[in-house]
Amino acid sequence: MGFWEVTLFLLDGFKVTCLLFLLTLIFSLPLGLIICMGTMTKFRPIRYIMKVFVWIIRGIPLMLQLFIVFYVPGMLFDIRIPDLEINVFGKTLEISARFLSALIAFVINYACYFSEIYRGGIQSISRGQYEAGQVLGMTKMQIFFKIILKQVIKRILPPVSNEVITLVKDTALARVISVVEIIKLAEQLASRALLWPLFYTGAFYLLFVGILTLLFNHFEKKLSYFKS
Amino acid sequence: MSLLEVSNIRKSFGKTEVLRGIDFSLEKGDVLSIIGSSGSGKTTLLRCLNFLETPDTGTISINGKTIFDASLHKKLKETEIRSNRLHFGLVFQSFNLFPQYNVLDNITLAPKMRLNEMNYSKEEKKEHLQGIIKTAQQLLDKVGLTEKAASYPCELSGGQQQRVAIARALALSPDILCFDEPTSALDPELTGEVLRVIRDLKSSDCTMIVVTHEMEFAKNVSDKVIFMANGIIEEEGNPYDIFEAPKSPLTRAFLNKSVESF
Ligand SMILES: Nc1ncnc2c1ncn2[C@@H]1O[C@H](COP(=O)(O)OP(=O)(O)OP(=O)(O)O)[C@@H](O)[C@H]1O
Ligand SMILES: [Mg+2]
Repeated sequence: MGFWEVTLFLLDGFKVTCLLFLLTLIFSLPLGLIICMGTMTKFRPIRYIMKVFVWIIRGIPLMLQLFIVFYVPGMLFDIRIPDLEINVFGKTLEISARFLSALIAFVINYACYFSEIYRGGIQSISRGQYEAGQVLGMTKMQIFFKIILKQVIKRILPPVSNEVITLVKDTALARVISVVEIIKLAEQLASRALLWPLFYTGAFYLLFVGILTLLFNHFEKKLSYFKS
Repeated sequence: MSLLEVSNIRKSFGKTEVLRGIDFSLEKGDVLSIIGSSGSGKTTLLRCLNFLETPDTGTISINGKTIFDASLHKKLKETEIRSNRLHFGLVFQSFNLFPQYNVLDNITLAPKMRLNEMNYSKEEKKEHLQGIIKTAQQLLDKVGLTEKAASYPCELSGGQQQRVAIARALALSPDILCFDEPTSALDPELTGEVLRVIRDLKSSDCTMIVVTHEMEFAKNVSDKVIFMANGIIEEEGNPYDIFEAPKSPLTRAFLNKSVESF
């Protein structure tokens, strides 16, 4: 196989990598906020449950979580994660059970990491900012959305971008439950004694991470007009 | 009838009783200075007046209308508490400007939010909005920062930030403006500009409560001085009584100490 043939071949896998990355982000960023609210609520039972949950998810290897999501529902409850066909803007997207399992594991795992980043960001805002809003007669909602949120976003942008970049590379783990992403495909070639494509996959990741880095730099610059 | 009547305010944090029965009144247009050593409860008292802390007992009334009553407080709705607290404004020691808004927006943010909650027609809203911006510009003029309207807090000196904070508090036209050591976070050469603004406000008949360590300022600007010690008002009176003829030994000891430190 020549260079272009290999590139096109790997591109198929890279599409899966990108889709897994994108869907994970779309679901885990907001889910992280919900988990974050859970770990910060004044209602103790929920707070403790959420904290233990975050501890477990952050405490065991992501690879193990992939296995758990893929096998355990079937073993314990006889539930099979289904193959799905989803309509997105008129195109049908086939989502295999394996892909869906990987997605669920990634979303939960990353949401927990994001929730801790959010929590750190929210707690780092000084009490004076809330109190200044309060004495000006603002409601809790107004204070959060008009005063606190933007400062939190500015502070969490660097750690979030770190996580996002880690996620790009973590998607490669999905191949342990046979999701055919780019490295899985390259391994197929390697088993036919064509080794170099395996290393060539690195270029795809590098390009992707490069673009993300530029994007985050852009966001950081946009928020650099104020100090907090 | 006095503008402000405070009676029997008590506040504990856990087992420590920080305010042990505070009573005083204030006339419209008067400036009250509160002095006292560290930990005597001055900040806690201001925070109670601004509803940042809820007193355990006592009442606060403005123009004869009770705006706080510890025994009824729990039954109040949040909207009532919010509108009651607007009788007071508070200027913090550490300014607490909103960093992501420029100076003008810092001042207009809260008035705009209030406007949005009103049921005005589009035209009325537009008119009020222009009013809000005009008022903000006049306030900026008053504190001498007209040319900084578009600057962000991080581009201002501490003294300038504190003057913006004063304008921001005034934008909601509180009946009483409170200051918690407005100059303690400032370099000595910047305190003058802030104190000058407060002095100007006095001449425009603004009623103020100023917690301060600036004894000269308290002596020259106040109509009334309260000396606090251990959570009670140890002594109160006009500046002459307190500074030239203090009756309480605690007041005398405190004043002697603050003279030494100069
Ligand atoms: N939220 C709180 N929880 C527990 N204790 C508190 C709290 N706020 C204040 N205190 C205590 O109450 C006492 C009075 O505090 P306060 O800040 O009112 O004093 P202050 O007169 O303003 O002192 P300073 O001149 O140092 O500002 C202090 O002993 C302080 O430790
Ligand atoms: Mg204090």
